[in-house]
Amino acid sequence: MMQTLYDKLWQGHTVYEESDKPDGMALIYVDRHLVHEVTSPQAFEGLRLSGRKPWRLDAILAVADHNVPTTERSHGIADPVSRLQVDTLDQNCEDLGITEFKMTDSRQGIVHVVGPEQGATLPGMTVVCGDSHTSTHGAFACLAFGIGTSEVEHALATQCLLLKKARAMQILVEGSLGTGVTAKDIALAIIGKIGTAGGNGYAIEFSGNAIRELSMEARMTLCNMAIEGGARAGMIAVDDTTIDYIQGRPFAPRGDLWERATAYWRTLKSDEGASFDRVVTLDASQIKPQVTWGTSPEMVTTIDGRVPDPTEVDDAVKRHDMENALKYMGLTANMPINEIYLDKIFIGSCTNSRIEDLRAAAEVVKGRHIAANIKLAMVVPGSGLVKRQAEEEGLDRAFKDAGFEWREPGCSMCLAMNDDRLSAGERCASTSNRNFEGRQGPGGRTHLVSPAMAAAAAVAGHFVDVREIY
Amino acid sequence: MREQQNNFRVEKFHSFRGLVAPVDRANIDTDAIIPKQFLKSIKRSGFGQNLFDEWRYLDHGEPGMDASERILNPDFILNQARYRGAQILLTRSNFGCGSSREHAPWALQDYGFRVVIAPSFADIFFSNCFKIGLLPIVLGTSSIDRIFDEVDSAEGYSLTVNLEGQTVTTPGGEVCIFDIDSFRKNCLLNGLDEIGITLQHTDKIIAFEQKRRMEQPWLFK
Repeated sequence: MMQTLYDKLWQGHTVYEESDKPDGMALIYVDRHLVHEVTSPQAFEGLRLSGRKPWRLDAILAVADHNVPTTERSHGIADPVSRLQVDTLDQNCEDLGITEFKMTDSRQGIVHVVGPEQGATLPGMTVVCGDSHTSTHGAFACLAFGIGTSEVEHALATQCLLLKKARAMQILVEGSLGTGVTAKDIALAIIGKIGTAGGNGYAIEFSGNAIRELSMEARMTLCNMAIEGGARAGMIAVDDTTIDYIQGRPFAPRGDLWERATAYWRTLKSDEGASFDRVVTLDASQIKPQVTWGTSPEMVTTIDGRVPDPTEVDDAVKRHDMENALKYMGLTANMPINEIYLDKIFIGSCTNSRIEDLRAAAEVVKGRHIAANIKLAMVVPGSGLVKRQAEEEGLDRAFKDAGFEWREPGCSMCLAMNDDRLSAGERCASTSNRNFEGRQGPGGRTHLVSPAMAAAAAVAGHFVDVREIY
Repeated sequence: MREQQNNFRVEKFHSFRGLVAPVDRANIDTDAIIPKQFLKSIKRSGFGQNLFDEWRYLDHGEPGMDASERILNPDFILNQARYRGAQILLTRSNFGCGSSREHAPWALQDYGFRVVIAPSFADIFFSNCFKIGLLPIVLGTSSIDRIFDEVDSAEGYSLTVNLEGQTVTTPGGEVCIFDIDSFRKNCLLNGLDEIGITLQHTDKIIAFEQKRRMEQPWLFK
């Protein structure tokens, strides 16, 4: 029988099935467990109180990312509550013998940047983490998904999770992207089309010519946003791009094992003719730079568009949501998107903080300066290694000369658990993944865009079509 | 508010009749359910006072604040006296979207909710609820619409939830049937520890792992 990539990954990790019904629970083996400081302390505590130990230490990799400061770190974390959470992770890892990249380690960074960068994410793995953006790792043909703290404890204790198989959705993106249009724009265009609940109950496979043309960084951006479309997991088949990216990374196999591994990895794609429960198609050449206008990623339009008018919507619940969103965002219906002025610019997050993202933004700002109305423009690299590479390429100079702040790696203002945040009413062009109310700070207003679009907005002071800048 | 210890055990889910509180909004995300500043806690209890924090209070909340000294938002529905003590949350589609934080179900449960009823839920939130004994119930949009209308017009409106029979019964006697996976149902009814259940299959996990070690040795150190 023809199998989808998801079928292959699911079947390959099934330890046993609870029932013979196709929709029953199955015990799924976990190959890689990524751990960060926010969703793990209660799991470690639970493990300790029940006298259990981690099943397999070499499957676990830990790094603190949510609470860490992005400014000078030699004095530690100022906020005592944040500090305790990071210290607790350090202590748990030390007590149990778990590999951890500590805050001062050059390899530290956002867990979803660090895993692939280290080669700790390998094709065919199941990758779990107490973080919804674990879907990122699906870019390597992994079954990768976010879990809650009870599941973190379950995975630590048993190396498995009890799961229900999802339905399979194929998102087929054919054609080629235009200049200045990126994976972020594909992701937002998809979410605009299927809605934030469109992927509920599904695992998504992204395929088609436009996907094959994407770099690994771009594929990670796309899979990262699968969860914003409601799907717990997003994935992309293995090809040369995947294998080239992995070769030589610290955790990747070498020598004979490399040959064996790559031979297997190349089978990680959907069989010709495999059937999906739902197929969605997009034409990449028609996708324009996207900008969100509301408080959900599905509230999105194109740079040449306008803020929509709730009075034109029939569905009462939807209309009510739009009215709430416009009020919160301080926008009026029918306003052109390119007349929205910004206060702050954030380039970073597990969605868009990799080297290619920083290059794209630096190219736009090089030789230019941020507009007078921009109070703060910041770049937060995804990891210490991304930061170092960017500095070797001189990207930091381009940003600093343009008036950007060049920070230390972490989640930062994507969710504002550290000191980086918006004040009430402030408006931000952000390369992150969620524009929910209060996400970047209470009362803060977030517009999701690609790194190039955020950079262009920094220079202009308001949204502009980056395609006109190149 | 229920006091929980960190050595959390799922309690057996018994049928009950409970007051319903309506939050009439779709796509309520986990940042709205429990804002990020409260995720810095290393405990799993005490989140109830910060449930829907940014909607519920007019002042900005930070960890460690005394909730009794904060300014309640009189316009937020859960602050109305008639919904005090509610055990069933009635809401709209895609409830719990966004992050995987289990703090969201913890906050709902700590506040006193035992059931959330909506036309649909986000996947991770839905799964997280079962792990702690909070029951998410999916009902059809027409039933939800009707219950919203009834709650609004009758103070003290309560529903009876029967997990064994998989029914929600309105005061008028209308019976709505809901679906639930039989494994999850059994775990809730008996307050079972999922880790304990999985560890009963230790031999199968070991056998699987040994085979995997042979076939894909690069996955092991």
